[in-house]
Amino acid sequence: HLATSLPLPSERDHLRPSIDLVVFMIDIKSKYSLKNVETSLAHVDASFFLGKVCFLVTGVGRVNACSIETNAVCKLGEAYCSPVLFCELELEGTRIATAQRLVRMLRICAGHIPGVSALSFVSLMRKSDDD
Amino acid sequence: MDETVAEYIRRTVLKIPRDEIKMMLQKWGFLSEAQLQTLNFHQIKDNISQEVVQLCEENSANIKQAAALDIIYNHIYQNKRMWSVYQMKKSGEELEYFDITDFKKKFKGRLRSTLKNVTITFKEYEDNAIWIRVAWGTPYKKPNQYKPSYVVYHSQTPYVFISASVLKSNLPLLCQALIVASNYHDIREMELRSHSLDSLKDIVFKRYSQNFQTYTPKLLQEENVEPENADIRIVQENRSEKERIHKLNQEAFGSGPQPKLEFAQYRLETMFKSDPKMDVLDKKEPFRCLVKFSSPHLLESLKSLAPAGMADAPLSPLLTCIPHKARNYFKIREKKGLHPENLVSS
Repeated sequence: HLATSLPLPSERDHLRPSIDLVVFMIDIKSKYSLKNVETSLAHVDASFFLGKVCFLVTGVGRVNACSIETNAVCKLGEAYCSPVLFCELELEGTRIATAQRLVRMLRICAGHIPGVSALSFVSLMRKSDDD
Repeated sequence: MDETVAEYIRRTVLKIPRDEIKMMLQKWGFLSEAQLQTLNFHQIKDNISQEVVQLCEENSANIKQAAALDIIYNHIYQNKRMWSVYQMKKSGEELEYFDITDFKKKFKGRLRSTLKNVTITFKEYEDNAIWIRVAWGTPYKKPNQYKPSYVVYHSQTPYVFISASVLKSNLPLLCQALIVASNYHDIREMELRSHSLDSLKDIVFKRYSQNFQTYTPKLLQEENVEPENADIRIVQENRSEKERIHKLNQEAFGSGPQPKLEFAQYRLETMFKSDPKMDVLDKKEPFRCLVKFSSPHLLESLKSLAPAGMADAPLSPLLTCIPHKARNYFKIREKKGLHPENLVSS
């Protein structure tokens, strides 16, 4: 399900299945994009932050056009205990690789992988020097 | 052949991209097919142009013919120049029959009576466009062929497109000659400028697709906002919002391609409105500010702003009115009255 911001339009509530993973996409070229994600985060139930939320930063290939500091995004990831992925959509290679990563994460979050829960997976994703 | 003419032809040929030289010389028609056959178009341009000059020498080219080649070059590369639009006004409503010979005679006569040293060249094209090239001199100097003015006039319309040379002082004279020759009584410059001559024509001749408001928009089938093969597994949560934006965009811009403009400029002479507590700009003077939007294709980029999520729909009418009002230079002043809103004026 694609949405421009949260909360989701209520008129479609009855059509929506349960949500397993929320990926917040931040365009590194747009400050507005980061602001939009920050406002939308307030509408996410706390239980999602146990491994069912992920930040995806796009546009990192164009170094000259960065409007947001990666520091700021990493801090956001730390604050919400969620992983931050970086990718460049315009390059087919990273695009496909990132998509595969997200699908793997989604399968874990949906409970399709026995023995691995969303929470255990996200604690594996954290950098060792965080602890 | 005059040395200045030779040099001018040489420099004109040098401007032309190598693959196009043959075509342009053929269009010019001054050199015979046999002469063109003798030219080697695979050498460096310097040599090609020298050979062309030699052939022109054989044919004794004069400045008139050289000017004709220049018009051909500028007609094909018209988008390299900046064009302004002028509108002429008739005193009466009578439709006079347009006679091209009469027009040329009056135009030349008017210019030459004031300025003896001018080179005037005409060329008519199939779309009823009359191209005029004027090279300006002074009473004591021969015309400067390297800084000519170009005029494009469509005789069935009151519009003239001018690409002036740097010498702005010749503009009033040029305008006067135009109204005398075309039997109008007044001419004024419109606030519309662009590199794309065709787009300027599209705007003033209203050739671009405009959207006309219908009274029953609800009856129209909702257009498919996602024309590309969207995977059916992808669900757009904000579909109704996307469709609203699309509809507003269509109303503002129409569905066809937009005329090509490179910039829009807004000169603000409005009062600075701030929190009274902040005490900024206490003086009641207009805050002068210039806002300029530039883009390789301004109207298309404005049209894509709302669908891309970069602006709210509907866009400000100050932006969407550009083709309808046929202007891209605006002055915005305070509206005098109880409610200070902005008034767009010329």
